[in-house]
Amino acid sequence: MEMPARWPSRLTPPLFLCRVEAGFPSPADDHLDRELDLTEHVVRRPSATFFTRVAGASMRGAGIHDGDLLVVDSSLTPRDGDVVIAVLHGDLTVKRYRTRRGRVWLEAAHPDYPPIEVRDEDATVWGVVTHSLRYHRKR
Amino acid sequence: MDRPTAFALVDCNNFYASCERAFDPSLRGRPVVVLSNNDGCIIARSDEAKALGIEMGTPYYQVKGKLKAHGVVVFSSNYALYGDLSNRVMGTLAYAAPAVETYSIDEAFLGLDCTQADPQFARSVQRLVGQWTHIPVSIGIAPTKTLSKVANRFAKRRKRCRGVFRLPEEELDAWLDRVEVRDIWGIGPAYTRLLHKNRVYTAKQLRELDDRWVRRHMTIVGLRTVWELRGISCIPLDRAKAAKANIMCSRSFGEPVTEKADLREAVATFASRVAEKLRAQQSVAGALYVFVTTKRFGPGPHYRNHATVTLPVPTAYTPTLVREALRGLDGIWKAGIRYKKAGVMVQDVTPAAQVQGDLFASAGQAQDASLMAVMDAVNATYGRGTLALASTGTKRKDWHRKEGHRSPRYTTRWDELAEVRA
Repeated sequence: MEMPARWPSRLTPPLFLCRVEAGFPSPADDHLDRELDLTEHVVRRPSATFFTRVAGASMRGAGIHDGDLLVVDSSLTPRDGDVVIAVLHGDLTVKRYRTRRGRVWLEAAHPDYPPIEVRDEDATVWGVVTHSLRYHRKR
Repeated sequence: MDRPTAFALVDCNNFYASCERAFDPSLRGRPVVVLSNNDGCIIARSDEAKALGIEMGTPYYQVKGKLKAHGVVVFSSNYALYGDLSNRVMGTLAYAAPAVETYSIDEAFLGLDCTQADPQFARSVQRLVGQWTHIPVSIGIAPTKTLSKVANRFAKRRKRCRGVFRLPEEELDAWLDRVEVRDIWGIGPAYTRLLHKNRVYTAKQLRELDDRWVRRHMTIVGLRTVWELRGISCIPLDRAKAAKANIMCSRSFGEPVTEKADLREAVATFASRVAEKLRAQQSVAGALYVFVTTKRFGPGPHYRNHATVTLPVPTAYTPTLVREALRGLDGIWKAGIRYKKAGVMVQDVTPAAQVQGDLFASAGQAQDASLMAVMDAVNATYGRGTLALASTGTKRKDWHRKEGHRSPRYTTRWDELAEVRA
């Protein structure tokens, strides 16, 4: 396991919340849980995890919209069907990673954008998208 | 692992330039340079920039035209980004190998056991760091730390090594014959002069010197280096990061400072920052050094001065350090002068746990410590400078640092995240 070296844990050791009286402590103390920490939930490998911001509409079909925040884990090896960040023509781009008969394709999730075949040199995978985060209220 | 079989020195290639590339792939294959604070001079170059003959440390204004003509991409330094990526590289190394010593922002020693002391393992570490952090590294392997530094030089300079090199123990002489003494870890300019005077020019010649001569002229420290060159490990892996002996905070002002109140604010800010750094490494300082200076050239008056203040009890307490720094400043302040730079450095730094009390010191040290703990916690959560002494000024300013070409702080600011195209 990787030590979570980068983010200080927000967790503090559970304390007895009630005063310990002579007699009975609160029975709830036995069941005290830690506060939920979203970072801990979405970031498995802090050293390899980056947050990025989406610009554009070509991944709408995958539920990824303009302005969404993406959690990208660069330690993962892409598998067929993964949403990835790929380096394409000097840009970081979001695409669906596809393998078909030993060939690799990068697909958009939008009818206007044709899939792109990846040959060794012209594109590399920068990381695999594990989560996306969107603000749902009107601004 | 108390006695590793071998050591690896992992060094990030052109670290600052590589950090800029990590989030901007359009920079791959293009010459990139990074400038020092205030865009003063060149402090990092990509391989392509090195190939153009751009030297380290060159003042920016001298080569501005040349950089432009060659399409070199210029960046102001972005220490928030470099620090974050450095942590990631070190975190990745800790995952790959159990024994890591962070040696600098872009270098680490690994202690290797007998299964890891081969180029294949190094190659896998190189690949892992590259994939996880997008930072390319070079790795040198050898039986001692000093030799692993030598191995790393070869890993970097020999194209066919592709960034990984193990010094072959059987042919050590042949390899060390190609290494100049001044390029050896631990041999500074003074020792280089001494060795040259005695006709010692290469690492091979140095390792063949007589122990007694070395001991007499280069102390036990030099002898250690010589033994390490012979393949006998004398410098162990230091996994606990050694506390820094001096901590400094200084800035060149974008616009010269002429008002005493402004200079006091700057010095108070620097002293607070130094106090924070001290507490972060659980140390206290016994003395404090304040300096101010004008430009060295151009229209006068020219002035530079400094003051050293000894503290009655070693401390990391912000109010004390700020008060003493301002006292120091009062002693060297002169009116009618355009100050270009100021700074605060603490000296005589010791671990806080070792401090002896002083009969005459204030009795409130425990309260002081808990107050500082609160201040550091608030500032860590809500951003530096949220809680500060009034003497550091109430307007937030970064002392007007010049950073005209800074890239986004991709990993430490929500509003500066890397954009990905969809």
